[in-house]
Amino acid sequence: MLWMKESPGANVVVRGARVVDPTEGIDTILDVRVDRGVIAQIGESVDTNEHRVIDGAGLVLAPAFVDPHVHLRTPGREDEETVATGTAAAAAGGYCAILGIPNTDPVIDSAATLQSLVETARREAEIPVGFMAAISRGQAGEELTEMAELAAAGAAAFTDDGVPVVSAGLLQRALQYAAVTGRPIALHCEEPSLSRGSHMHLGRVSAELGLGGYPSVAESVMVERDLSLAAAEGQPLHLMHLSAAESVAALRRARDAGVRASGEVTPHHLVLTDEAVRTLDPNVKMSPPLREERDRLALLDALRYGTIECVATDHAPHARHEKEVPFEAAPNGVTGLETAFAALYTQLVQPGLLTLATLLERMSAGPARVFGIERPRVATGARANLVLLDLDRAWTVGESFKSKSANSWLLGETVQGRVVLTIANGALAFQA
Amino acid sequence: MTSSIRLVKDDLRPPESTGRRHLLSMADLTRDDVERVLGTARTFASSLEREVKKLPTLKGRLIVNLFYESSTRTSSSFELAAKRLSADTLTIKSVGSSVDKGESLKDTALTLGAYDPDVIVIRHPQVGAAHFVARVADAHVVNAGDGKHQHPTQALLDLYTLQQELGRLDGLHVAIVGDVLHSRVARSLVQAFALMKIRCTLVGPPALLPQGLGESTTDIEAIRDADVVYVLRMQNERMQAGANFVPSLREYTARWGITPERLRAGQKVMHPGPMNRGVEIDPRVADSGDALVETQVRSGLVVRMAVLYDLLVGGPVGVRALAAAEVA
Repeated sequence: MLWMKESPGANVVVRGARVVDPTEGIDTILDVRVDRGVIAQIGESVDTNEHRVIDGAGLVLAPAFVDPHVHLRTPGREDEETVATGTAAAAAGGYCAILGIPNTDPVIDSAATLQSLVETARREAEIPVGFMAAISRGQAGEELTEMAELAAAGAAAFTDDGVPVVSAGLLQRALQYAAVTGRPIALHCEEPSLSRGSHMHLGRVSAELGLGGYPSVAESVMVERDLSLAAAEGQPLHLMHLSAAESVAALRRARDAGVRASGEVTPHHLVLTDEAVRTLDPNVKMSPPLREERDRLALLDALRYGTIECVATDHAPHARHEKEVPFEAAPNGVTGLETAFAALYTQLVQPGLLTLATLLERMSAGPARVFGIERPRVATGARANLVLLDLDRAWTVGESFKSKSANSWLLGETVQGRVVLTIANGALAFQA
Repeated sequence: MTSSIRLVKDDLRPPESTGRRHLLSMADLTRDDVERVLGTARTFASSLEREVKKLPTLKGRLIVNLFYESSTRTSSSFELAAKRLSADTLTIKSVGSSVDKGESLKDTALTLGAYDPDVIVIRHPQVGAAHFVARVADAHVVNAGDGKHQHPTQALLDLYTLQQELGRLDGLHVAIVGDVLHSRVARSLVQAFALMKIRCTLVGPPALLPQGLGESTTDIEAIRDADVVYVLRMQNERMQAGANFVPSLREYTARWGITPERLRAGQKVMHPGPMNRGVEIDPRVADSGDALVETQVRSGLVVRMAVLYDLLVGGPVGVRALAAAEVA
């Protein structure tokens, strides 16, 4: 289900790092030796076996991250991102696995298009990458894709993300068929008749700026509908990029009632509110939009207590000229792979709003669990999927991106917490 | 170790307001800025009473008017304002220019920037266009309307009109009636009125009254208490079948149209133009002595002169500028 280019397994020893694996219950200073891509020894003073030794003193070694929501723009917009650059950006952000979204040109809605993408990944992916396939042909919301064949060809999950599944009937059929494919259905929840013509959250700021508003209820009414369908069909459901307090409340109620529903939240929704749109900077324009402080706090709470299990970047690269326009003319989407950890460490962990352990869990084990990806872990015998983090290192976003695009909402900001090294599927994928 | 959460990034804020660098939004201005500009406008108004109406103040300066939307009064008044101050002007309209050929706003701004304009006046259908040009061009930028966002010189000329006609601003009560949702004029006025301590009531159909702008009601009776009724244009394109902002234009007119019967004796009426007679405003009201529409247009000229002066010269216009005019 995940593919990458041939890469030799790393032989390396990380000496004296603070090893943090919340799921394994580890938070202590240890050495870790990786032999040919496999964690061979964990201990207070491991043999080096003549491997390269990295001094981990003062650094944190943790399971590398998993991002279930990345727009790789390939095929069709290779000027914005390719599998090579997107996975390189992911490696630089500390990720060992990412899932691509199928709203490409053409849409990934047939086994043939999926297979050609898999071939590309086998040639050029720097870290393991999987691909979601569309729920409906052409994401047109009318006919189901051949989901069983797509699953057999390796589709990681199914989504029409970019647009909602407007027809309740179609979603019901997709949920029923998920029993055959065994792959999750992931949904972008938006009622288009309520969000039409919108450029930001509907609220006081949109009223002042004269920008068409996307009300919270346009998301939550669809979240409620989709959860009702999942409950009726007894099938699991994943809610993408949640943004509204009402959506979070609906997810919590459904989970309490036993619905197998999961959710994800982006770093930008955890840090910014619609107040940021007053700048009219196109790099704070995305869908769903930045909402109010009460929404941000509800999302943070849900992440803290596990109602939302995943941080997802919704990395959405755009060509420079497409964002260098008036706010109202700009396309939705911001990049995030290379800044997610630093943004959340700086804005949530440092001020004491979220523990480091919870952040690491929601960026790695959480999404791995939801999407059936092998959990990255610090354990002897496990394939090495590790990230080495310098929590004391401050840096300015925009110094350089591995991504082909630079539409980051953090451009010019100084953040703290830098990825020093990423080992993905046993291979050295990134070193600062 | 801890860092505070900054919800708005400082380096992305619109340029700091001194009232000098750009005029992008009413929110950029302080009360002092407004009073200074209105004072300058009054001085220019007296200068326009002379036989020779031209002042040499901005001789040698270049004002570029970049209009991406049709406009009669705003574009003509900016052009005349620049000419009355002896500036050179260049007016670019999107129709018939490279914009027609798909040139981006960035490239158009850079191209015009090559002529070293002192001021770029821009009217554009999209929110954020003036802010964008301010970021890419070296010139002072004046927002002459960006989508539904802002039209600050309209708000300034309306303040000027109110002050001239009613003798004060502080404590006035203005009812703004109609399609507030789609109105950049209303957004600038709400901020301008708050700045100058004018009470403002927004009146209109529920779907056209955005929440969060201030005191608002759907009840047209609310205009009775106001010193001035400010009527907004009902834009026909907003009223297409299926848009459902109001059931029909006919129903709008019956419920919210400004007729002589709905007005108190002596209540003043303003409208930013162009008017839809018989829709939002009864022709009898439009033609009555209480309608200040032509005064607004005249105010537009002196206020825009004052804005250009304020950006390029700064400070209150004084004896010296007028003395220079005598010499010229």
